[in-house]
Amino acid sequence: MTTMSLAKGVNAGLRSAMEHDDRVLVMGEDIGRLGGVFRVTDGLQKDFGPARVIDTPLAESAIVGTAIGLAMRGFRPVVEIQFDGFVYPAYDQIVSQLARMHLRSGGVTTLPIVIRIPFGGGIGAVEHHSESPEAQFVMTAGLKVVTCSDPGNAYAMIQQAIACDDPVIFFEPKRRYWDTADVDLSAEPQPLFASQVVRSGTDVTVLAYGPTVRTCLDAAEAGALDGLELEVIDLRTLSPLDLDPVFASVRKTGRAVVVHEAARTLGVGAEVAARVSEECFFSLEAPVLRVTGYDLPYPPSRVEDDFLPDLDRVLDGVDRVLEG
Amino acid sequence: MHLIDHEPVQLLTPDGVRVAHPEYSYAGDDSDIRLLYRDLVLVRRIDTEATALQRHGELGLWAPLRGQEAAQVGSGRALLPQDFAFPTYREHGVAWCRGVDPIAMLPMFRGSALSGWAPEEYRLAVPSIVIGAQTLHATGYAMGLTLDGQVGHQDPDRDAATIAYFGDGATSQGDVNEAFVWAAVFEAPVVFFCQNNQWAISAPASRQTTVPLAQRAAGFGFPGIRVDGNDVLACQAVTAAALHTARDGGGPTLIEACTYRMGAHTTSDDPTRYRDAEELAAWEAKDPLTRVRTYLEAVGTPPTFFDDLDREAELLGERLREGCKALPEPDLATLFDQVYAGGSPELAEQRRTYEGYRGSFEESAS
Ligand SMILES: Cc1ncc(C[n+]2csc(CCOP(=O)(O)OP(=O)(O)O)c2C)c(N)n1
Repeated sequence: MTTMSLAKGVNAGLRSAMEHDDRVLVMGEDIGRLGGVFRVTDGLQKDFGPARVIDTPLAESAIVGTAIGLAMRGFRPVVEIQFDGFVYPAYDQIVSQLARMHLRSGGVTTLPIVIRIPFGGGIGAVEHHSESPEAQFVMTAGLKVVTCSDPGNAYAMIQQAIACDDPVIFFEPKRRYWDTADVDLSAEPQPLFASQVVRSGTDVTVLAYGPTVRTCLDAAEAGALDGLELEVIDLRTLSPLDLDPVFASVRKTGRAVVVHEAARTLGVGAEVAARVSEECFFSLEAPVLRVTGYDLPYPPSRVEDDFLPDLDRVLDGVDRVLEG
Repeated sequence: MHLIDHEPVQLLTPDGVRVAHPEYSYAGDDSDIRLLYRDLVLVRRIDTEATALQRHGELGLWAPLRGQEAAQVGSGRALLPQDFAFPTYREHGVAWCRGVDPIAMLPMFRGSALSGWAPEEYRLAVPSIVIGAQTLHATGYAMGLTLDGQVGHQDPDRDAATIAYFGDGATSQGDVNEAFVWAAVFEAPVVFFCQNNQWAISAPASRQTTVPLAQRAAGFGFPGIRVDGNDVLACQAVTAAALHTARDGGGPTLIEACTYRMGAHTTSDDPTRYRDAEELAAWEAKDPLTRVRTYLEAVGTPPTFFDDLDREAELLGERLREGCKALPEPDLATLFDQVYAGGSPELAEQRRTYEGYRGSFEESAS
């Protein structure tokens, strides 16, 4: 067992992937000498050199666009977008190029690229540094989208994402970067594209991913004091969704709440709620509820606590789904 | 293979000596220079004070401009009231020149609002955090000035231009290069003012370009010029000339102000991880304030001028400290109404939900 932070978990996973495959490259703004603004790539350039750990010019479209070319040449680029709000200059390359190349080439060209994006709020940042744009990638066919939520799965998932032959958007919950846990580096990880029950319960199924997994586990802890047994599922993979464990859970509890920081409209919660309704209609005791950010641009940081789903709002959602 | 003069335009040496340049001269007299010096000192004070406010937890973040005062004050004072400026998060000195109350520079960094002023009031856009985006806005606004017939009358009260501020890092962005193309083909009255402060966070300027940035303009079809960004007189003169050309219908200019970010990128940054102390020391010797003071003392400015200015800076600092703490706290509820000009029934509904939820706590508390 090694105690490490989530940031360190990604770092160790990147290091391991680079050691195992010399075609793995790491690129992005400030990721080399500085080690990234969150220090996720700390030490990699020192150990693997500037040819494999590339400090790029300041241009996100170029970061993704050149990664596509490098991948066509047989490399496995792992690119960092410094903050969620700065992925949009690369959006065209991601949506129109990266996501479609496999189909466009008649199923021949693979682009094993990982785009790492620190996402979500809760760190008191200025505008564009707290966004949750995951749905915009989930709705794009051709991309796989995953979110880690703790140091252990960060370590495993980043390696699995790099090994994946499809492009993977890899969301890292930035306000959990400094959370620590004991990680067994030799443990056999569960498959990348699988959700995971992280706490068993019988009353309500609570679905979360990324930063809200911790929030929901805390809510479950608090709910237990009132005799509520919440089952918490970490979705982990947003595209493809792995909902069989969710359906099984909802058939047991009859109630589900989906929790995410991203806005409500057309968020991941909307898709999950629709599919749960389709699959578990006759097991549901109440409509599936969403506890999410509001349909606003991310607010100034001094009111972000009002915007973000916290323990109280999760429990409020749970109360409502129990009444419903 | 260098296509332009490397030597930046300089009118005041680091030793405080005024020098002549074949093309550019500073039009003001010593009393104007005293006013510029006052700007430099007060802007530095705002910066120092805001940095301290961040350290004390009153601001979430601050982007220090220390070292770039001359570039910002020189160019900012070259603007006419009818011109329109498009800043980044670091242009506190430009905001000062546009008449923005320094307290209004703080909300975006305190996290109490997304910005601190109404753009039309100061003819200063809200700062762009997304690197490079504002250069296109400046270009479009300039195209609008042309469409509205506010260019090319040789009428200083009527003709107008825009200025776009950005850094060396920004020059790598597609948006900035696209702005250059558009400004060129539409002969837009825009001045691209690049503060090459040598660093984009940890990336040295050499990661963005292998030629002087000013040289890039030629490829797009308009003039580029390098100026000593720590020389307020040169920055004023060069920007005034470029703005004049733009207002006159002569199209865009790229100005590369060679300067140095003496502080951290932001208060979250630790520059010792990527740059040497010697580099900083070399630039400290070229400090933009010292040279003006040396000059002003040499021409016989009375010591009382400097003492009074120190006192004024003290008072400004005090005002800023108090004003920061007195900034109104934001209310999430009001944001629901500001997203759309025409409102939105869905957001109105979400506002009610939010207020109802919030109210439920107040009820249970009472
Ligand atoms: C599109 C985009 N990508 C990345 C960032 C993160 N970021 C903020 S400032 C900065 C460096 C900017 O350097 P430069 O343009 O030279 O301006 P300076 O900060 O030095 O004034 C970066 C990478 C951003 N704000 N916007």
